[in-house]
Amino acid sequence: MEDTIAAIATALGEGGIGIVRISGEESLPILKKIFIGKEIKNRVLTYGHIKETDTNQMIDEVMVVYMEKPHSYTTEDVVEIQCHGSIVSLRKILSLVLQSGARLAEPGEFTKRAFLGGRLDLSQAEAVIDLIRAKSDKTFDVALNQLEGKFSLEIKEIRSLLVDILVDITVNIDYPDEDIEEMTYEKLEKGLVQVKERIDRLLSTADTGRILKEGLSVAIIGKPNVGKSSLMNCLLRETRAIVTEIPGTTRDTIEEMVSIRNIPVKLVDTAGIRKTEDIIEKIGIEKSKDSFNKADLVIFVLDGSRDLEEEDEEILSVLMDKEAIVVINKSDLKQQISVEDLKKRLPKAKFIISSMKEGIGISEIEDDIEQRVFSGQVKQASSVMVTNVRHKHLLEQAESSVSDGLSMTKIHEPLEFIEIDINRCYEILGEIIGETASDDIINEVFARFCLGK
Amino acid sequence: MGEYDIIVVGAGHAGCEAALACARMGKRTLLFSMNLEAIAMMPCNPSIGGTGKGHLVREIDALGGEMGKNIDKTFIQSKMLNTAKGPAVHSLRAQADKNHYHLEMKKTIEHTDNLDMRQGEIVDLIVENQKVVGVKTRTHTFYKAKAVILATGTFLRGKIFIGDSVFASGPNGLAPSNALADNLRAHGMKLRRFKTGTPARCLAQSLDYSKMEEQRGDEHIVPFSFMNDEVGTNQVSCWLTYTNEETHKVIRANFHRSALFGGQIEGIGPRYCPSIEDKVNRFADKERHQLFIEPEGLDTDEMYIQGMSSSLPEDVQLAFYRTIAGLENIRIVRPAYAIEYDCIDPLDLKLNLEYRYIENLFCAGQFNGSSGYEEAAAQGLMAGINAALKISGKNPLVLGRNEAYIGVLIDDLVTKGTNEPYRIMTSRAEYRLVLRQDNADQRLTEISYSIGLATKERFDRYLKKKEAVAQEVKRLTEKMVSPKESNDFLIAHGTSPLQNKVSMAELLRRPQITYEALKEIDDDSRPILSYHEVTQLEVQIKYEGYIGKQMQQIERFKKLEDKKLKQDFDYGQIEGLRIEAIQKLNQIKPASVGQASRISGVSPADINVLLVHLEKQRRGGNR
Repeated sequence: MEDTIAAIATALGEGGIGIVRISGEESLPILKKIFIGKEIKNRVLTYGHIKETDTNQMIDEVMVVYMEKPHSYTTEDVVEIQCHGSIVSLRKILSLVLQSGARLAEPGEFTKRAFLGGRLDLSQAEAVIDLIRAKSDKTFDVALNQLEGKFSLEIKEIRSLLVDILVDITVNIDYPDEDIEEMTYEKLEKGLVQVKERIDRLLSTADTGRILKEGLSVAIIGKPNVGKSSLMNCLLRETRAIVTEIPGTTRDTIEEMVSIRNIPVKLVDTAGIRKTEDIIEKIGIEKSKDSFNKADLVIFVLDGSRDLEEEDEEILSVLMDKEAIVVINKSDLKQQISVEDLKKRLPKAKFIISSMKEGIGISEIEDDIEQRVFSGQVKQASSVMVTNVRHKHLLEQAESSVSDGLSMTKIHEPLEFIEIDINRCYEILGEIIGETASDDIINEVFARFCLGK
Repeated sequence: MGEYDIIVVGAGHAGCEAALACARMGKRTLLFSMNLEAIAMMPCNPSIGGTGKGHLVREIDALGGEMGKNIDKTFIQSKMLNTAKGPAVHSLRAQADKNHYHLEMKKTIEHTDNLDMRQGEIVDLIVENQKVVGVKTRTHTFYKAKAVILATGTFLRGKIFIGDSVFASGPNGLAPSNALADNLRAHGMKLRRFKTGTPARCLAQSLDYSKMEEQRGDEHIVPFSFMNDEVGTNQVSCWLTYTNEETHKVIRANFHRSALFGGQIEGIGPRYCPSIEDKVNRFADKERHQLFIEPEGLDTDEMYIQGMSSSLPEDVQLAFYRTIAGLENIRIVRPAYAIEYDCIDPLDLKLNLEYRYIENLFCAGQFNGSSGYEEAAAQGLMAGINAALKISGKNPLVLGRNEAYIGVLIDDLVTKGTNEPYRIMTSRAEYRLVLRQDNADQRLTEISYSIGLATKERFDRYLKKKEAVAQEVKRLTEKMVSPKESNDFLIAHGTSPLQNKVSMAELLRRPQITYEALKEIDDDSRPILSYHEVTQLEVQIKYEGYIGKQMQQIERFKKLEDKKLKQDFDYGQIEGLRIEAIQKLNQIKPASVGQASRISGVSPADINVLLVHLEKQRRGGNR
């Protein structure tokens, strides 16, 4: 009998819903240890909560389904736990499942079991993988809504800050005779700064949100034959790029999707940016520069056994203000490069000593990528995340309106001009959560102020 | 008894404008008032204008209405509000001599061609085939008319509340109009109850001004009417004082005696005009409420106590007024009261203010659910214009939200409806930067001239102003000044000196530099401009960028406004509209997709469905 395996079945952040899948004899008993809800029946989606086994503390709201063998994907007993797609929630649930007796599945192990159980032929197995990768918006809609509940709550809060400001402006303009606090530029500026900060904070999560949806784009750069392709192969765990001792073997940029610690990553192996007369290589180099510029993160690979050359210098100079990991490869050979000197030149970068040949440093690189994506600030905000391109776009417009309003406030332009930008910001944020303009400002004016003859 | 083109029922601020507009557009017009002493009566505050309202008066004037000219003749103090803010929200307000205002308006009506006035009560409409053809008076007289305008104000089934005393009455002790209300209902009109109130009047001789703050008018007085360059001077002051904890104590102790809290009043009152007991109740933590003491006129000692409307009994009124600094020995001559009246749901009106279910019946003013003299006058003017256009078989005049506060006012009423007496506010206008009081003539006079209302004289003045401003903008843009010529001047005005030559217009863009100040470095080519021209010029140059931005917004706005909808269309036919949207669209029958988008209950998704439907129809039609 096979042991029971479990894994996060959804690509991280693909939807916003996450699924932890368990397969094997122990699936149902494990679920029962950690689930509170109605009685679980075969093939019935059941609502409930996942709790800590010892403290009984609620972890997440979930929907679970149990599929009795052999009528399941793997032909074994299978349990799927659908929870919020946030990394925190998924990790927590998975670890509870593992604590309760399952073992972490190897990549592709579910499909393998399905295949072995006679459920799939080889071509179908491939199709399943495509399916997993494909973004299936419909299935994830419900969960997305849950995630976005928090997002829209944040938008609502920002809007209520704007209402405060707009109400003050309105009452100042429309009731100049009344005995009310004057809307000073100082007060206005303070309010607008607050709004701008919160929009900025949301926008900063937009990148994480996008990364989780579309993958983090990582460009590997370095002069030829320093080990770029080897690094890529190590991360892919397969031999894809041609690795030779001849510089310039990688003539084109190679893009590969890979899952590093469950984060979808788009790896771009570049051709290097060596000066060359070779036309084909030249094209490759142009492409390298392009993917380098578009990348979320750059991995700069150096050969530690060789002195810095002109090409390295060139890369160093453009890396100055980029998010970068500097990999000093070939630590198995005698080292020529001074890491200390390099650190001074790239204070923002992370340095990792590696030997691709011996598999040293790979997990450190993976650690660093993971940490960057879920770094402190991102983790905190993981409950409020902008995952939707439309939302991001609107947020950017809102930001630009509030910034305009702010700069006009600083030079003390008339209130009614500033009000236009603030109102615009308010409207755009309303568009995000589907609230259209109404008389809410005027209603608030009368609710808050004692006005009139 | 007679045959007229148009009959106007009611001679308040709406009725007067309506009748004058009709007559001036060449229609034989008859204006009815239950009492000729009530013509252009101001039964509440003794002032015209204010934020938003001042804009309305300017627009009424630009369209050839009377209110601006009449207040220019009869004001006794004038003040431009919001001068510390930008030009778009500068608002003129003038204290009126109430009696003089009434007399001047009456005189104008008496001397207008095509216009008759008559004291009498209209008790019924004559309606044939869902079309109004005349009116019937209390004395059983019939008058035939091609169109009728209802401007009944607060007279319809008026009911006054003072403490626990309730009695049928129109405003200010005048008789109410009950029969007409009953008959309008019989014609199928759905009427509802609104409420408003007014504070007490007292004698100036009983007040101690030494305990109040004096509120003076402006040194430089700006006329309301574009037809006037110079008007009279300030003759009176207003006075500011405050309620205190003692006042509030008296009011709180007597809450139970207020008609408002007693539940006798069923009408809905305006939030922006709360009674003092309402203020004390709702804003319990506010330590004081301000009140302005304003003169009612030059020939009377009566003063209006702004901020203190109430429906408490007279003894309580006296008791709380006496707790106020300067009012200790107050002698009240008219008590505060609340008044409830019948009005129509404006959703039953079309954008031209015609009642949806009876042809050629137009409605205006408080009867439409608005509040305020200026709001009433604006609607009266438009109802008059549209009644005249309608019986001439011409297209209606509907001002857009991008063209006038009047457009905002009427669109709000007719499209969104209102649950309380509606007051204009500058914040109701989306395109406030363009809808300024200084450019009302530029926005509206030409339109009015083209329909035959604005006189040739007004039109010429408008053209002259437009031309003079354009000329001067051109001159200022072309005239360059060097750092040498202007740096001393610039430093003296607290702004930075120049490095290179710039145009005079460029200098005028600086907040510290006014057109007046520029005189110091200007030469003989500088023309002499009027107040209106200078304001226009300054705003045009100083705020060019912002105004340009707003013009772009207006262009986008107009795209949906220009997509017209058929009036007889059944929205139930469109697949994909939500039921609520279908009901609302069928009720209001919007004139354009733009208007449809402003109806509450019609969502952006519904609008998209509507647009898809229109596009489908368009393609179908082209096939």
